[in-house]
Amino acid sequence: MPPKNVSIRIDGELISAREDQTILEAATASGKHIPTLCHLAGLTPVGACRVCIVEAQGTDRLLPACTTPVHEGMSVTTSSAKLARYRRMTVELLLVERNHVCSVCVSNGHCELQSLATELGVTNVRFAFNYPKLDVDVSHPRYVLDHNRCILCSRCVRVCAELEHAHVWEVRSRGIHSRIVSDLNAKWGEAQSCTNCGKCVQACPTGALAEKGRAVEEMTKSSEKITSLARWRGAEA
Amino acid sequence: MKRITIDPVTRIEGHAKVTIQLDDNGRVAGTEFHVTQVRGFEKFTEGRPFYEMPGITARICGICPVSHLLASSKACDAIMAVRIPPTARKLRELVHAAQIVQSHALSFFYLSAPDLLLGMDCDPATRNIVGLIAAHPEMARDGIELRKFGLQIVEAVAGERVHGFGIVPGGISAPLQPQVRDHLLVDLPSAKAIARRTLDFFKRALDGYAEEIEFFGSAPMMSAGLVDRLGNLQLYDGMLRFRAADGTITADGIEGDDYATWIGETTLRDSYMKAPYFKPRGFPGGVYRVGPLARLNAIDQCGTPVADAELVEFRERFGAPAHSAFLYHCARLIEIVYALERIEVLLDDEQVLDKHVRAAAGVNAHEGIGMIEAPRGILIHHYNVDDDGAIVKANLIVATGHNNLAIGRAIQQVSERFVDGAKLTEGMINRVSAVVRAYDPCLSCSTHAAGEIAMRVTLVGADGEVLDDVSRF
Repeated sequence: MPPKNVSIRIDGELISAREDQTILEAATASGKHIPTLCHLAGLTPVGACRVCIVEAQGTDRLLPACTTPVHEGMSVTTSSAKLARYRRMTVELLLVERNHVCSVCVSNGHCELQSLATELGVTNVRFAFNYPKLDVDVSHPRYVLDHNRCILCSRCVRVCAELEHAHVWEVRSRGIHSRIVSDLNAKWGEAQSCTNCGKCVQACPTGALAEKGRAVEEMTKSSEKITSLARWRGAEA
Repeated sequence: MKRITIDPVTRIEGHAKVTIQLDDNGRVAGTEFHVTQVRGFEKFTEGRPFYEMPGITARICGICPVSHLLASSKACDAIMAVRIPPTARKLRELVHAAQIVQSHALSFFYLSAPDLLLGMDCDPATRNIVGLIAAHPEMARDGIELRKFGLQIVEAVAGERVHGFGIVPGGISAPLQPQVRDHLLVDLPSAKAIARRTLDFFKRALDGYAEEIEFFGSAPMMSAGLVDRLGNLQLYDGMLRFRAADGTITADGIEGDDYATWIGETTLRDSYMKAPYFKPRGFPGGVYRVGPLARLNAIDQCGTPVADAELVEFRERFGAPAHSAFLYHCARLIEIVYALERIEVLLDDEQVLDKHVRAAAGVNAHEGIGMIEAPRGILIHHYNVDDDGAIVKANLIVATGHNNLAIGRAIQQVSERFVDGAKLTEGMINRVSAVVRAYDPCLSCSTHAAGEIAMRVTLVGADGEVLDDVSRF
């Protein structure tokens, strides 16, 4: 049975959505913009970054638009002073957690975290920087993993498991100790399950995963290829 | 006994202070030059992929990021064991010559011209670029124009005027566009004319600086610079030559890879700047100078006609080798002339427009050394990497570092000549600062330190009491 249509309001506008859609999908389909970071169309949403939070009538909690399904009569606000404040804070906290130094980053100028910070008006960071000492895994012959630039969005984990079906990547440990690991915490160059396909690199929103040999500002990515590949696979299925 | 501290030293790049010890009669007993900040680039780059080094080390300095980009890229070329395409080699020399022009113009017009044109004893409130614009607008305009010309070339090749991304391991990231080249050629005659009239002006003005020439760091010492096989001035490539104070060649033909055999490094009390020395003579006997004056002393000739004619005149007037640090200013202007001549040759060469500008390779050697002549002297980047290309050890020997001992001696000489009595005078402080400025030290680079340089002088009695304290920013 095809999914039913439901009526919801987004920023006051009455919109018809399918009941299997998330708030983000419904909003995007009706031309509304909600900022996102960990979300990549075509991969399973996980609500890792909390940038897409929205207000919904009837609850005090802020809901991640990428993982919250719509329901009949729902009324959602996608932009408000409160949301802007929370989203900005979220990005600031991402920036202080590890070592994001745009000026010397391979992805400078082509980074989703950087453009999001610009979009949200993050002109300064109000929290103390954490400056963790983190490794750079250069063991792979073609790619590099720099934990300093990782925001744990888990796009790499999802694209590898869902599209490449290799599931090289996982998230190890909890909270601030979380790290992306390949195989069972082997060095990437020694990870036997890796097919060297590079989808994780293309999906990564920052300079955490990059092609080897790319100098500062040289790493451009095309995550839209991941989306089109996922759609093509979905249509095939 | 009293002590004078000049902290910070103004109109130089980076942070420094000078301490002058006075005896009971108010005579200078000793001087020390302190560089007060540490940067840590050699340490925090450990573990980074080697090919990120040019971008990271360029951030050492905003005046000559191109020098670090080039030295670092050369070290990376060595790790990749590639010979970069000839066009890339020419474009690198072009961007380097352009940066010499802009950096020397900055040193001469912005930092030192206020002393030279407005006078050492002029009111410090107007003894700066703003005062210069008011008093000598045509000279200030020339300085700005010349810098602009150099920076336009830097932008054309490196992508941006400061911290460009276009100089990369293996060559250059993008070819030079013909219309950009043509545009630069249009502006070249005006840059050459500025260099010509500034040099002519300064040669005439030098007669008025007999005392400074005699006492500004004029102790004879060794000069080091890069030369090619014919003894011509080389800024981008070339082999290291040491020429003794009496003019004989002490060591010659030293490749970058072999620098450690000839150059040792030691640390000094009360300064974050290391002091390199000429190893065969030990420390501190192996003191030598680098930079414009040292280069003109080390070479046989520049290799371009106008600069060579100027060099002949310079040597006739001041001797070969010339020793007064005050002559650094003159050497800088001659080098601007040389760099503009090289720029013309390179821009006229059709090969600079070739599209093949980058060689690609992985890690083919575990060690790479890049040596160039930065505007302030010899710059060496030395990296060791592991099998995967992660930096295991990085050593940077920066131009101003080589001059550390020489600057110290020059401060001593100027202090002995100009500092007298317990009460500091503004002109005295400024002469000590001016001799530091003559070397155009980039202390931000040499400590791998950031920000403006300013100078502060403190006068301390034998019992430790602060008698006087003068700051200038």
